[in-house]
Amino acid sequence: MTNTTIGSVRFDNVVKKYGAVTALKKLDLSVEPGKLVTLLGPSGCGKTTTLRLIAGLEMATEGSIHIGGEDVTHLTATYRKVSMVFQSYALFPHMTVRENVAYGLTVKSVPKAEAAEKAENGLELVGLKGFGDRLPSELSGGQQQRVAVARAIVLEPEVLLLDEPLSNLDAKLRRHVREEIRQIQQRLGLTAVYVTHDQEEAMAVSDNIIVMRNAEIAQQGSPHDLYEKPNSEFIADFIGDANLAPCEISNYAKDEATIVLNDKKLKVPYAGTQTGAAKLVLRPHHLKLAEPSKQGFEGEITYAAYLGKEIQYTIDTEMGELFVVSSVVSNPFAIGNRVSVQWDNAHTRLVTS
Amino acid sequence: MKKLSLSWLMIGLVSFIFLPWHMTEDGFLDAAWIVDGLPSTGLFQMLAGQWWHLPALLTFIIGIVLQLTIPNPVVRAKATLLSSSIGLLLIAVQGLIIVRAGPRLFEMLLTGETIIAGQPGMGLGAGLVALSLLFVITTSIAQSGKGQGDAFVIGAIGLIVSLVGIFVFYPVMHILIQAFQVEGGYALGEFFPKFFSADIWGLSCLVGNHTCGVAINSLFLAVMTGAGTTFLGLSFALIFTRTNFRAKKLLRILTVLPIITPPFVIGLALILLFGRAGTVTEFVAELLNIEPGRWVYGFWGVYFAQLLSFTPIAFLVLIGVVQGVSPSMEEASQTLDADRWQTFRYVSLPLMRPGLANAFLLGFIESLADFGNPLVLGSGYSVLSTEIFFAIVGSVADPAKAAILAIALLTLTLSAFMAQRLWLGKKSYATITGKADSGQNASLNPVLRTICYATALPWAALTLVVYSMIIFGSFVKLWGYNHSFTWDHYIRAFGIDFASGRFSGVAWDSYFTTLTISSIAAPLTALVGLATAYLLVRQKFVGKNAFEFSTMLSFAIPGTVIGVSYIMAFNFPPIELTGTSIILIIVFVFRNMPVGVRGGIAAMSQLDKSLDEASITLGANSFTTVKRVILPLMGPAILAALTYSFVRAITSVSAVIFLVSAKHNMATSFIVGRVENGEFGLAIAYSAVLIITMLAAILILQLLVGARKLRRTDRVQQTVSA
Repeated sequence: MTNTTIGSVRFDNVVKKYGAVTALKKLDLSVEPGKLVTLLGPSGCGKTTTLRLIAGLEMATEGSIHIGGEDVTHLTATYRKVSMVFQSYALFPHMTVRENVAYGLTVKSVPKAEAAEKAENGLELVGLKGFGDRLPSELSGGQQQRVAVARAIVLEPEVLLLDEPLSNLDAKLRRHVREEIRQIQQRLGLTAVYVTHDQEEAMAVSDNIIVMRNAEIAQQGSPHDLYEKPNSEFIADFIGDANLAPCEISNYAKDEATIVLNDKKLKVPYAGTQTGAAKLVLRPHHLKLAEPSKQGFEGEITYAAYLGKEIQYTIDTEMGELFVVSSVVSNPFAIGNRVSVQWDNAHTRLVTS
Repeated sequence: MKKLSLSWLMIGLVSFIFLPWHMTEDGFLDAAWIVDGLPSTGLFQMLAGQWWHLPALLTFIIGIVLQLTIPNPVVRAKATLLSSSIGLLLIAVQGLIIVRAGPRLFEMLLTGETIIAGQPGMGLGAGLVALSLLFVITTSIAQSGKGQGDAFVIGAIGLIVSLVGIFVFYPVMHILIQAFQVEGGYALGEFFPKFFSADIWGLSCLVGNHTCGVAINSLFLAVMTGAGTTFLGLSFALIFTRTNFRAKKLLRILTVLPIITPPFVIGLALILLFGRAGTVTEFVAELLNIEPGRWVYGFWGVYFAQLLSFTPIAFLVLIGVVQGVSPSMEEASQTLDADRWQTFRYVSLPLMRPGLANAFLLGFIESLADFGNPLVLGSGYSVLSTEIFFAIVGSVADPAKAAILAIALLTLTLSAFMAQRLWLGKKSYATITGKADSGQNASLNPVLRTICYATALPWAALTLVVYSMIIFGSFVKLWGYNHSFTWDHYIRAFGIDFASGRFSGVAWDSYFTTLTISSIAAPLTALVGLATAYLLVRQKFVGKNAFEFSTMLSFAIPGTVIGVSYIMAFNFPPIELTGTSIILIIVFVFRNMPVGVRGGIAAMSQLDKSLDEASITLGANSFTTVKRVILPLMGPAILAALTYSFVRAITSVSAVIFLVSAKHNMATSFIVGRVENGEFGLAIAYSAVLIITMLAAILILQLLVGARKLRRTDRVQQTVSA
């Protein structure tokens, strides 16, 4: 085992079935050491199952799982060098904060003094020095969350697993805690696998995102890649907001395609090699509104919501309803106005389904 | 794992060599055999000519050799699994075949003096040998699957399955065999005419002035009792939850009463009130100048007593059901312009339907299983549970008849039990969700309220009268004839001769036996029940449904049937337990286990599963997780299981009455004996003392539970809600 494999996670053709239900179809996955990878997807997509398979809380029906280059497919959670932060934190209510943090060490018969010292270091790392004698119930939600993180990292796991760790925190605290988790992970150089259904949270913390759907991987890549180069309608819609306009690809050249969108011919960026039916991805904030003119697509405003920093419009056009976010708030259009919707073709993407 | 298997093999081998294989004359744990120097250990027996002990020795030697020679863990485990399973099987088979008397399998094959002489029941050595082989097997199973199974979990499953197998299925099987027995052998043909005879299933009471079969009698009584208790229970539950009735606390007491009342006590009190010399009977007779009747010693008396005994159980079930109807549904109905009656009729009542069915089935099963009331009152109306008893202890002992009646009773209760599981198990009208529901339940409309009051309140009054009779009756000289105050009954039962310091009362013996046995049985019941609950809630394994079903099954087996099956199964080797106190403890543990399981499941479901998972991912194994996380958080459930099994052990009579012996008599069977002798005063005084004993025990445990609960739930709730 070389140093480069410590902390890596690899799934080869992993299948998980519960009776007749398939929770994961032939999953291949790899996590590089020291990276934070997020499993993102709607509920029921298999992301939590994947995490629990890494933890050893579920056993794979087929395929093999390697952690740190070692085959752990048949090892139960007790014997894997991973630790997990739970959605509900799962702090033991009858133990003090220190006992909680030291638990993993004491069950491994680490000498008491050493365990206490490591626990204290762990608490210091998450900024809870001096809270050791309290009970979990005497801490706030954010503090409990950090105890759970400390408890997981004092074991110096090869992989740290986080199962929707922020879902029980209120919106403002969430941003703060996710920054802290990211900082600790980078400072310690931990490999981490993070599960969430919140795409903004995923974009904010991850080195890499694996988007899952219907028990398989839909697309993986850096947050930037996923947003800018979605490979499917689903990804385009799931990562950020998007309007999906049906169109026809008539022909393509290098990096570019000619499409027909409501009888108009457009040249848009395209890396694929397919012709025929497709969808044009139009991000709401890339769309501009202007007085009706020959350029762009004409439509009627059916709904407008003023949000302070922006206005959100729903516009009924010949290619369907469009959702537009406009940062021009000083001179808004009114419901019923006719407008022309325009965009820069360089900002669009084509997805074929 | 290798170490674990090896140490169990060593324990087994040592037991085989040094401990007495068979039951010793002086008892299970008596040490006299060492002093006597009798060569009674497995090894010595074998050398002395009982060659059939050889497989046990070989199994251990092979097992140990396998551990030391095979390096590959999976191959080693599989080989050990095979050899140990064969060994255990051979030990069981020789125990079942080579007995002292009775029909024997393979009679032609097994000849020879030592075999004909047979062997006594298995003792400490055989028990430990079997136990160690069982754990070798489970450890090997854990190891021979894909990678590292959990030896602790599989060991626990194996142990519980074996115990339930030996102490529930094995005895029930004996009843089945007995039912097919005819003189000198077994016959299939004889069974059906006997089983379907008119004595059991006859319907002649419908057409003429004849009596019906006992099974029909039982069935009719059970249906009536189920319906009656459900109706009364619903009335009480509605009053409790939907009205401003003031004495609600008094109603709550009603729910505790049946738990602490020995089952025949109600029947006794009814005799005092409505019997030939009963207070009410004499009063009415004088008033209307009619001959006092004997109606209480028949269907109506038993029915009345069962209604009194089991209405609180229906109340307990239905109060949860009535409270479970979400207020917002009723409020929604009312905002849709339904009036209170319509809301009740079309919304609340349909939502309660599964609960009502559940209460009915409970009443039905309880009535079928009830032994005490029919025994005391049912001289004019025979039912299955008592007929079984008389078939065993009557002037003509007829075990085959008892077995057939037991099968009839078992058929009825099991059908009800299955119906409940199949039909109610799937339907869920549960309206309690995670969302906070802050509305108010609709109050009852006036007509309905009047009906509830009119049925429930007189009933409550009657219950109070019945219980005061019990206290009052214990202080009068001779009920119905001489009502002067006396302490005589208490002195006869619980007198202490202070001069000599002796407990001279006649009841002391059985009282102390009861307390001792209940105190031993209670923690064992709690342990088995909670361990089962843990496996059911927290572990995944093949055959879990069958496992759950078999552990709950003993709930559906009436006590009389259990009692009969135990004397049929454990009166002979290989497991010879009758006449000991061990059999009493065992019968309590396996009768009351389902309640421990239910309580444990409820408590365990409230503990977030991620607590276990957190512990496991932090590197703890299941055993450590149970010890350090689950058990400390289960305090209240443990104490509740303890209380319940303690109290049930004290009040139980149906199974016990078959199993007591002169040396180990229990309070309830002692009291029944006094009732049969007509010593009502003594019986009632003793019952009162029992009730007070149990109240004290409940209070003490409740104080402990209460104190722990406050602190614990506070903590748990805050963690979860944060």
